[in-house]
Amino acid sequence: MELIFKKPESLTDTITHYCPGCTHGVIHRIVAEVLDELGLRERAVGVAPVGCSVLAYNYFYCDFLEAAHGRAPAFATGLKRANPNLIVFTYQGDGDLASIGGNEILHAANRGEKFTTIFVNNAVYGMTGGQMAPTTLPGQVTTTTPFGRKVDDVGYPIRVAELLATLRTPSYIARTSVHNSEGIIATKKAMRKAFSYQKENVCFSLVEVLSTCPTNWGIPPKQAAEWVGEHMVPYYPLGEFKTPEKVH
Amino acid sequence: MPRVIIEKDRCKGCELCVRACPQQILRMTREINVKGYFFAEVFDQPRCIGCTLCALTCPDMAITIGANSVVYRFFEV
Repeated sequence: MELIFKKPESLTDTITHYCPGCTHGVIHRIVAEVLDELGLRERAVGVAPVGCSVLAYNYFYCDFLEAAHGRAPAFATGLKRANPNLIVFTYQGDGDLASIGGNEILHAANRGEKFTTIFVNNAVYGMTGGQMAPTTLPGQVTTTTPFGRKVDDVGYPIRVAELLATLRTPSYIARTSVHNSEGIIATKKAMRKAFSYQKENVCFSLVEVLSTCPTNWGIPPKQAAEWVGEHMVPYYPLGEFKTPEKVH
Repeated sequence: MPRVIIEKDRCKGCELCVRACPQQILRMTREINVKGYFFAEVFDQPRCIGCTLCALTCPDMAITIGANSVVYRFFEV
């Protein structure tokens, strides 16, 4: 019997520590598959954030660094400038990238550092217990906003992909979602494009992936996936916002 | 014929594969695995069309798909 779908070689056999239904596993698999397909595994170095994916080095067969909170783009800049032959990617959540690391990612994108960022947006701080993140939707209940996020008090959620797409420096910015099968296939395409831009040394690339957090949203995984489609996708539209060919 | 192989001890019982299957041939068992979760199983293997959507959706890499004949590809991955 021939296997038509199996675990990519870049992933280890370790069972992940993620909660049931957390889509981090899907995104890990997509990254590993893309590294395998483009033949980048021997040159790849990942930078893990602080957040749920802090233990990502247990799951990938490539070199990994563990950055301070939000500083993964700064680490990646150093790595890429010291050895441009490396394939550097950062894997960050929304509490890490959009909140404390907002400055780092903005300037890394503006300088046009040639690494890839995978930004997992699940609208909540996952590891620390479900507090409000800058990407939490208006009215969404979290442990620090028990009556829902009030926009006149803490403002509207940040759309990171659109924000970075306004910069003049050429880059590849896309937003996809992993809440259904179509989304997973589209995510893989965007991820492959992002890594190929880095492989050809073209530009900075960022893929924002809308993800689920069933535990902290307090709903079962199936409903969490539907919640992404109903509430997150209307606020965070999917698609490619910027490509290096099309300069604004 | 395509064959879905579920490694039951990797399964965390999230039921996302059940939602993804277009043929509706997956379900959750009433037994538990080593981690204490109800795991997914295929109850009607001959109806499987080998679309691999369950494996694509599984966050825990618990599903492997094999085939010993021609399998159509329904989409480009």
